[in-house]
Amino acid sequence: MGIIKARHVAFDYLRMDEEGQVESRSRAVDDVDLDVEAGDFVAILGHNGSGKSTLAKHINAILLPTEGTVFVDGKDTQDESKLWEIRQSAGMVFQNPDNQIIGTIVDEDVGFGPENMGVPQDEIWQRVEESLKAVGMWEYRSHSPNKLSGGQKQRVAIAGVVAMRPKCIVLDEPTAMLDPNGRQEVIRTVRELNRREHVTVLLITHYMEEVIHADKVIVMDQGKIVMQGTPREVFSHVGELKRFRLDVPQATLVAYELQKAGIALPDGILSNEELIGALEAYRKKRQNK
Amino acid sequence: MAIRIEHLNYIYGAGTAFEKHALRDINLDLPDGQFIGMIGHTGSGKSTLIQHLNGLLKGTSGAVYYNDKNIYEEGFEMKRLRSRVGLVFQYPEHQLFEADVFTDVCFGPKNLGLSKEETESRAYEALRLVGLKEKYYKVSPFELSGGQKRRVAIAGILAMNPEVLVLDEPTAGLDPKGRDDILDQVAKLHEEKKITVILVSHSMEDVARYVERIIVMNKGQVMFDDAPRKVFQHYKELEAIGLAAPQVTYLMHGLQERGWKVPADATTVEEAAGAIIEYLQKS
Repeated sequence: MGIIKARHVAFDYLRMDEEGQVESRSRAVDDVDLDVEAGDFVAILGHNGSGKSTLAKHINAILLPTEGTVFVDGKDTQDESKLWEIRQSAGMVFQNPDNQIIGTIVDEDVGFGPENMGVPQDEIWQRVEESLKAVGMWEYRSHSPNKLSGGQKQRVAIAGVVAMRPKCIVLDEPTAMLDPNGRQEVIRTVRELNRREHVTVLLITHYMEEVIHADKVIVMDQGKIVMQGTPREVFSHVGELKRFRLDVPQATLVAYELQKAGIALPDGILSNEELIGALEAYRKKRQNK
Repeated sequence: MAIRIEHLNYIYGAGTAFEKHALRDINLDLPDGQFIGMIGHTGSGKSTLIQHLNGLLKGTSGAVYYNDKNIYEEGFEMKRLRSRVGLVFQYPEHQLFEADVFTDVCFGPKNLGLSKEETESRAYEALRLVGLKEKYYKVSPFELSGGQKRRVAIAGILAMNPEVLVLDEPTAGLDPKGRDDILDQVAKLHEEKKITVILVSHSMEDVARYVERIIVMNKGQVMFDDAPRKVFQHYKELEAIGLAAPQVTYLMHGLQERGWKVPADATTVEEAAGAIIEYLQKS
């Protein structure tokens, strides 16, 4: 069984009037099935309001489904007695690093999670060291977090989650507030965690270049999963992605324009290198004719 | 309503342990009606520089001229300058505070001392310009989506009728749709009202698509100041300072290296695809 298994999940946001009566409800997630295998790197795309963050919050039981079920590491999120285990299995990282850092010194901040779990003192420090090394922030251990850059803060936030040794990390637009360098730092860190420590990663993002290395890409629109597959499969449907108002890598767009002009290129080109290769092949084939 | 900057320097915390020379000898001419992009790594001085344009920060040395008047001279009407040069900060939606959208947009013009009629007609016009539907005018700003909130915040500045609009990373944290909506709206505004727009951004692709001139800041200095296609020719230097050219620029250079006779100065998808098609038809 996979680490995350969701069946027919639906979630309604309720709007209450002053007497606490339900005034209106809006469905944010609508009949979603999701399967994630341990060790996978899964990216979720979709524009604002598509339901991707709402879905993500189901994975560590911040939200409970209005309908359907979510199993994390074999545990039903509705089962209140398993709440702590579930939150330990699935850690979350949010968009704004400033809202996630509470310690006045980097290593104390990272130690906060394990301390709350009742981990013995010696082991806390050991975990702090491992986590900070895993995100490349060990040399900043005695710094104050407010002197760090956005990318560095976000890596500290990730270390804080890693220190709780989760099997799965859910990152909800972790790079949206960062500059290009910060974005690269964070994505590199997440990919390393996935590859080396085999942590399952669910990455929610707007940036296409962050998903081309994922094992699987899921596209959400109006609360539903509308596309899924490998990055190559998903990005070969340029027209559809544009309809969902998503970005497509520029190389993919150029290839799409060329195809429309009648130049025979393969579908699903993701990078400049691939496009150059395909164009070279096209030119050679034409010369041989 | 041109702005001219001459030998501007700015030092944060002069004489303290945190002294930082944030701007070094900046010389810029910002004539009327241009659509300018400003790029630079975090800490390159972009935000510091734009805060000089309406006198929020005062240069340690040098001068800023607004319509040939030195804004640092005694008797210069700073308040008037601030209504002419509108600054939209990062995450401007954090500055919304009124009970409903319309009242919030009225705040600026009301404080300029305009009549109620004039204030309201400006607020309507500003909200129309940012493309917010009328059904939202009486809604609390906190019930809107991120992109909508940001448009309300921009409308609040537009209602002051600025001649220069400076936007500091107006699309940060928005999704691709919200980003395109805002930038398209700004481009339309530039066209309709003929105001000068200065767009501070991290996204080379966005800048390449919209602006006619790019100013690249690095370590408090102006490194490049030219048309996008010229600036992005320096992609190796841009990389060295933590920036990059749009992805298609790399594509065109890659093709050139393999002997394709295509121009390397394409900066948008359309230009690149057009150039490749033209080359294939000719060869």
